[in-house]
Amino acid sequence: MIEVKNLYKSFDNKQVLNDINVLFEQGKTNLIIGQSGSGKTVLLKSIVGLHDIDSGQVIYDDVIFNDLNFKEKKGLRQQIGMLFQGGALFDSSTVEENVMFPLDMFTELSYADKRERANECLKRVNIINANELFPAEISGGMKKRVAIARAIALNPKYLFCDEPNSGLDPITALVIDDLIKEITVEYNMTTIVNTHDMNSVMEIGDKVIFIYEGSKWWEGTKEDIFDSDNVELNNFIFASKLSQKIKDLKNVH
Amino acid sequence: MNLLQHIGKYFILLTHVFSKPEKLKIYYKETIKEIDKLGLNSIWIVVIISFFMGAVITMQTAYNTENPIYPKYLIGLTARDTLLLEFSSTIVALILAGKIGSNIASEIGTMRVTEQIDALEIMGVNSASFLILPKVVATIFFSPFLCLLSMFIGIMGGWIAGIATGVMTSQDYIYGIQYAFIPYYIVYALIKSAFFAFLITSISSYHGYYSYGGSLEVGQSSTKAVVHSSISILLFNVILTQLLLS
Ligand SMILES: Nc1ncnc2c1ncn2[C@@H]1O[C@H](COP(=O)(O)OP(=O)(O)OP(=O)(O)O)[C@@H](O)[C@H]1O
Ligand SMILES: [Mg+2]
Repeated sequence: MIEVKNLYKSFDNKQVLNDINVLFEQGKTNLIIGQSGSGKTVLLKSIVGLHDIDSGQVIYDDVIFNDLNFKEKKGLRQQIGMLFQGGALFDSSTVEENVMFPLDMFTELSYADKRERANECLKRVNIINANELFPAEISGGMKKRVAIARAIALNPKYLFCDEPNSGLDPITALVIDDLIKEITVEYNMTTIVNTHDMNSVMEIGDKVIFIYEGSKWWEGTKEDIFDSDNVELNNFIFASKLSQKIKDLKNVH
Repeated sequence: MNLLQHIGKYFILLTHVFSKPEKLKIYYKETIKEIDKLGLNSIWIVVIISFFMGAVITMQTAYNTENPIYPKYLIGLTARDTLLLEFSSTIVALILAGKIGSNIASEIGTMRVTEQIDALEIMGVNSASFLILPKVVATIFFSPFLCLLSMFIGIMGGWIAGIATGVMTSQDYIYGIQYAFIPYYIVYALIKSAFFAFLITSISSYHGYYSYGGSLEVGQSSTKAVVHSSISILLFNVILTQLLLS
């Protein structure tokens, strides 16, 4: 469980996040949705401490993250796995080395054990026979999956995903979404996913937060998102002609 | 940001760079990689430049001292002292600032804008130390070798050019390069080259580490890295000369 209380964040006098209050639940995929530029990435990075926040609190289970010193933060971060918007794999390392990296850094396992664990994670995300390839040599969807494998290598308690399926075709996007959902349940993690993809919302949105211009505008589940009368939320989810048509059909019946 | 803010931020970054490494074994491995990438890869450029500069210095000295009142061994002596005092430390450092500096800034800058540095941080790795310390250690360790190599090749270049053009005899040159030799000059040059290596790596890393944006900004960081390293090399050349030779 991760709780965010009264979080504010600005860059050089430009207010990006305004008074965000949310509770992200354990064992569920919590989604943050919103338009491009609404502040989703900044919110995610503020929660994990990659951005210093102006005021407010971020609480991981019982630990107030802001109150921790540099060393304690580092300790907590070993329980965090994060998937970045572009994958953020290390260019100069192979797929296998990428997944082994956190193990090299933070465990005393033997080389054979580390390799075994890395391959276990790669297998979990359906990457086989690509161990010796470099990130530049694999497809976008594979990069995301390798990044997931690296994020779960240390069995994290918290998983953060920034736009896990941006730039992917609908089928691959679905595979990634389902993978995130399955892993969340399997390891009972607290998972937070940023997305602007309505397919993801319907697929894995146990809990959905809608961010509009840096503020939390709406909160609920995928079941009640279509019944909301929030204007900005409706504009967002019915932005495409297809979804508008579906809505009109629904209203007729 | 003004100059003072940059300097402040630079020193804060250095405190992170020199904090205790997480795992010495991994840092050791990274340092070996960097010695290969930054040091061994620079040998050829140093050899080529030193050879030709040694040759030109010798020839120019010879043509400017054709008057018989100057003894012929002066040519070797001038070539030696120019190489030892300035060329092999300062000029080689300026050239390496272009080669290594832009390489470091664009590598670290790309890691920044593609969120690889964030990925390190989120794992709990001290990214500043992990990325920068091995480079700093590798270049400080390796640059004195490059400096010695440059001196040797430069003097050889002068010798070969002198004989080939017939401006002096081999005996004159060899007498010249031994005449009134002050071994401390070598120490002075080695200290300078190690210090300049530190400036190049740390300043270039600083510019790469604080890149923000995309490939355009990475390119700008890499330009700034070269310009700022070069200026600080020139500045510290004056300061170190005053401290070490006065
Ligand atoms: N490091 C930074 N410095 C200054 N401004 C920033 C910085 N990072 C983000 N911003 C600004 O914060 C706002 C929110 O950006 P953010 O990246 O969170 O959007 P997003 O919702 O993730 O969009 P997208 O869906 O396109 O990824 C933007 O206006 C952006 O310009
Ligand atoms: Mg984003």
